[in-house]
Amino acid sequence: MAEIPSILPATPEIFLACSALALLLLGVFKGDCATRLVSHLAAAALLVAAILVLSHSGARVFAFNGMFVVDGFGVFMKTLVLIGAAAVVMVGQGYAAQQRMNRFELPVLIVLSTVGMMMMISANDLMALYMGLETQSLALYVLAAFRRDTQTSTEAGLKYFVLGALSSGLLLFGASLIYGFTGTTNFDRIVAVLASAPKAEIGIVVGMVFMIAGLAFKVAAVPFHMWAPDVYEGSPTPVTAFFAAAPKVAAVALLLRVLIDPFGGLTDQWRQIITFMAVVSMVLGAVGAIQQTNIKRLLAYGSIGHVGYIFLGLAAGSEQGVRGILIYLAVYLVMTVGTFAVVLSMRHQGRPVENIAHFAGLSRTHPMMALVMALFMFSMAGIPPLAGFFGKFYVFLAAIEGHLYGLAVIGVLTSVIAAFYYLRIVKLMYFDETPVESIDQQNDGAVTVVLVGCGVFTALFFFFPVPIMSGAASAAASLFAG
Amino acid sequence: MEIGLGHYLTVAAILFTIGVFGIFLNRKNVITILMSIELMLLAVNINLVAFSAYLHDLVGQVFAMFILTVAAAESAIGLAILVVYFRNRGSIAVEDINMMKG
Repeated sequence: MAEIPSILPATPEIFLACSALALLLLGVFKGDCATRLVSHLAAAALLVAAILVLSHSGARVFAFNGMFVVDGFGVFMKTLVLIGAAAVVMVGQGYAAQQRMNRFELPVLIVLSTVGMMMMISANDLMALYMGLETQSLALYVLAAFRRDTQTSTEAGLKYFVLGALSSGLLLFGASLIYGFTGTTNFDRIVAVLASAPKAEIGIVVGMVFMIAGLAFKVAAVPFHMWAPDVYEGSPTPVTAFFAAAPKVAAVALLLRVLIDPFGGLTDQWRQIITFMAVVSMVLGAVGAIQQTNIKRLLAYGSIGHVGYIFLGLAAGSEQGVRGILIYLAVYLVMTVGTFAVVLSMRHQGRPVENIAHFAGLSRTHPMMALVMALFMFSMAGIPPLAGFFGKFYVFLAAIEGHLYGLAVIGVLTSVIAAFYYLRIVKLMYFDETPVESIDQQNDGAVTVVLVGCGVFTALFFFFPVPIMSGAASAAASLFAG
Repeated sequence: MEIGLGHYLTVAAILFTIGVFGIFLNRKNVITILMSIELMLLAVNINLVAFSAYLHDLVGQVFAMFILTVAAAESAIGLAILVVYFRNRGSIAVEDINMMKG
């Protein structure tokens, strides 16, 4: 008789999937008047799942016939994703209620796509990887088109769907080649096959390149970035905040897992591709944002630049590099959620405004909001001693230790260019006249809590870096030990 | 002539390339893009089943089954988004999808 497989390592995922179904039932029975309740319960479920994830010992355990792995790396990344998703659900609720998109499906879809992200992070098999990625993506396509009565949102959904499906196709084609040339879909066995062969077959390298291209679409690295500015601009702002936070972290986690774990032996082959994408992403992220006037579009280019810095650490291919990336991701997540909490509060007479000109004079009308926004902008530009500086610092350090001097120099130069558009927002808020159409929004409680939390983290990371740093170090070590 | 693994892989690669070009070169209709996506996924399935038969290993066919089911869900969502888009815009021509430049 077959042994009953252990499903205990997947407890957080199972819990979250069941709570998504329960929330869906609750929403269907109570109707849209229960949206507020469903949102709060969704945020609570995400936080409970984070506690369940953190209660794992950090040892490397498998479930579902070796397809699903839980290790220190997975625990770190899942915690980031869950906290990011919970924060977005909380800040998005007030906006959704005011902008007539107060439907209970929004938090339910966010929870469902978060389940997919957790499956991606824990994937230890090409099939598990694909299923996790699609669970995430299918929910995200719907989220992008969530305001189905507006042209911009449906257009964003359509663009995201077409390019997302294309990237899944590329990824799958690569996966099929890797299966064919190694004879297995399991990551551990791919490692063994690659280690036994003296030189990687061309089919495996081609498959790996296709997989990198597919994953680069998901993280919006240049030259696979073209969907990002349009989707960020067109989607409703709570959804944009979610796009910038959780799926980005999950896709980077998946890329790290794939490149370090099964393809760790092919580092010399993939380093060239990652180096190229790092350089063009950093340059385009910095240059493309300069002439943007829409804050969401600007942040989309900013996030492309951030992916460039993350790839800089990945190009080093070392444990130091991965540790730097994990610190960068943690800091990036907090800054992004905080910035979008400010963007969500940008309203004029109850109508959302997205032009950066509306920030003018914010320091006089809303001094506290201007202060935290200035903090996030300085931090994104990488000004010490704010959190963003440390993220960049450890990534650059890893690049220099990996003798990638040219890459590190380009990174520093592009972050100087990027500082221009981040500091322009600070200048608008503090030195420009208040326009006629100024922001006149009073924040609800949840937004204030998230803003204060993110602001305090960004400002005081310098004093208490130890939890994140040691967590990132042990997570990186566990990825390389696997 | 014996039809071997190489022939299947060539057909799959050609179909996949047609699918990719169908997405990028098509200037007419979004429905064509949905069909191109389907073509890409089915090319991958040919690959997987051919490898599975060649390796005498069932995993490839299981993978192909997963891809088929997910592709069905994906087309359903894609068509749903297309319908809401058509309601707002009144057109599904590719050159009309230009509210946001990029």
